[in-house]
Amino acid sequence: MSDLNKLGLAEARDALRAGDVTSVELTESCLKAIDEADALNAFVHKTPEIALDRAKAADERIKAGDAPSMCGLPIGIKDLFCTKGVPSQAASKILEGFKPEYESTVSQQLADAGAVMLGKLNMDEFAMGSSNETSTYGNAVSPWRRGNDGAQLTPGGSSGGSASAVAADLCLAATGTDTGGSIRQPAAFVGITGIKPTYGRCSRWGIVAFASSLDQAGPMTKNVRDAAIMLETMCGHDPKDSTSAELAVPNFEAMLTGDIKGKKIGIPKEYRMDGMPAEIEKLWADGAEMLKDAGAEMVDISLPHTKYALPAYYVIAPAEASSNLARYDGVRYGRRAQLSQGDGITEMYEKTRAEGFGHEVQRRVMIGTYVLSAGFYDAYYNRARRVRTLIKKDFEDVFAEGIDAILTPATPSASFGLGEMTEADPVQMYLNDVFTVTVNLAGLPGISVPAGLDQQGLPLGLQLIGRPWDEGDLLNTAYALESAAGFVAKPGKWW
Amino acid sequence: MSIDQSTAAKVAKLARIKVEDDALPALASEFNTILGFIEQLNEVDVDGVEPMVSVEPMRLKRRQDVVTDGNQQDKVLSNAPDAREGFFAVPKVVE
Repeated sequence: MSDLNKLGLAEARDALRAGDVTSVELTESCLKAIDEADALNAFVHKTPEIALDRAKAADERIKAGDAPSMCGLPIGIKDLFCTKGVPSQAASKILEGFKPEYESTVSQQLADAGAVMLGKLNMDEFAMGSSNETSTYGNAVSPWRRGNDGAQLTPGGSSGGSASAVAADLCLAATGTDTGGSIRQPAAFVGITGIKPTYGRCSRWGIVAFASSLDQAGPMTKNVRDAAIMLETMCGHDPKDSTSAELAVPNFEAMLTGDIKGKKIGIPKEYRMDGMPAEIEKLWADGAEMLKDAGAEMVDISLPHTKYALPAYYVIAPAEASSNLARYDGVRYGRRAQLSQGDGITEMYEKTRAEGFGHEVQRRVMIGTYVLSAGFYDAYYNRARRVRTLIKKDFEDVFAEGIDAILTPATPSASFGLGEMTEADPVQMYLNDVFTVTVNLAGLPGISVPAGLDQQGLPLGLQLIGRPWDEGDLLNTAYALESAAGFVAKPGKWW
Repeated sequence: MSIDQSTAAKVAKLARIKVEDDALPALASEFNTILGFIEQLNEVDVDGVEPMVSVEPMRLKRRQDVVTDGNQQDKVLSNAPDAREGFFAVPKVVE
């Protein structure tokens, strides 16, 4: 078999079990692809020795007949996950040189299932960004281009390295994390599948915290079946995360029947934004038509507080970030600034954090500090939390009326050029998450499925939002949409 | 609400991030853009609405109050920028 790196998880798993390939062969194929793809700047810490050791161990397990679904499958891990003995920097200068003495629960579960870690993936610093331009490692680059135009495009963010790596076949799949859209937006930008499960499904232990009430890990994969396989391994109760749900994890893959007859799919009118490109509008209408053809019923619904999701998010997420990032003080781990004669501990904190945090992170930490400061706490933070209650209620109301899933565009545009947003004010960049952020605020599962190309030849995605804890049903609806959309485009190799 | 330079300086101080004086006007202006965006929340009627604490109405789990690990001083200190004699070292705190 050639081009083993181009396989998906399910195909590779079946080939491994049939004895057609070995994990070592799969892994070597990916390592070669990674070494040829430095121009994408997706893998920022390569771990070939760990990968080959795990691949050999996986081949032994498969031979012995002990092969969980992920056994022997080479994947990439977002830099936000702490991985024992391997640099884990959250793409920040302030964590330069940090090598955790422990492993995150999610990456441990993947390792225990036999998955092979190829290395760590680029991302926006502390997962704050929508274009992977805030990383201390430099920009991750999308494998896609606008026709013959050589301009470099963003793979989205914050899980930009994960998106680029999966789309360019550097790995079979990757982990991502999603606080406001950081799995679903990059997945849509590069034409792959990404799911954020219900808040509490995946343990947050060992994942560098951004906004704890919103952060969730999830898989970024080449198709919906692969997402089901990988998500199952990543989920499960963890006593080390007090918000981790004590619920059984279903066999998600077994729920992919493709039968969605009689399902009620909501089309929220508030997602029809002013100035939405006609292509996005058409994609959305086409998606609805596909689900209808598959036997689902389309229902017009209203989620009246949608407009207030982004402003609420930009109070709550920075507030939580300012608290979470207080731990980066130059004392216990990471990088400390060079001090001048006579500098005391306050100067050490201030210089360390000014040098170690990038511009966007500093901005969000300070906004968070402001909205939590005496005198403004009620006006900003408590008000935002009240609005969040209303946003969640919007969803509860439509689910109570019998809606099974909600169909929306994943992003308001296709991928844009790296550097194109530099001059824009920060709020313009935040608008990237306009369709995804509601889902985090309400704690719901959401999945992005590639559904078409725009006129420039760039991928566009649709998002499906599901009921809490019903990822299986959501994946099945996504599977039906994927089958109908038949998206097969791949970027031409230029790197 | 509008943020002036002295408020921006105060916020930077509270966040323990050193901001040079000449960077304060731009910072204050960015804050105002973002806060202007956030001000939209004032349009929402939130009377009688509880502020959300957790998306799942769950009680945070408790565990037995027992020692579950320990004896790993080396590991705890292994990533410190400056560790000496089993301690984190910092500049002088008390005059």
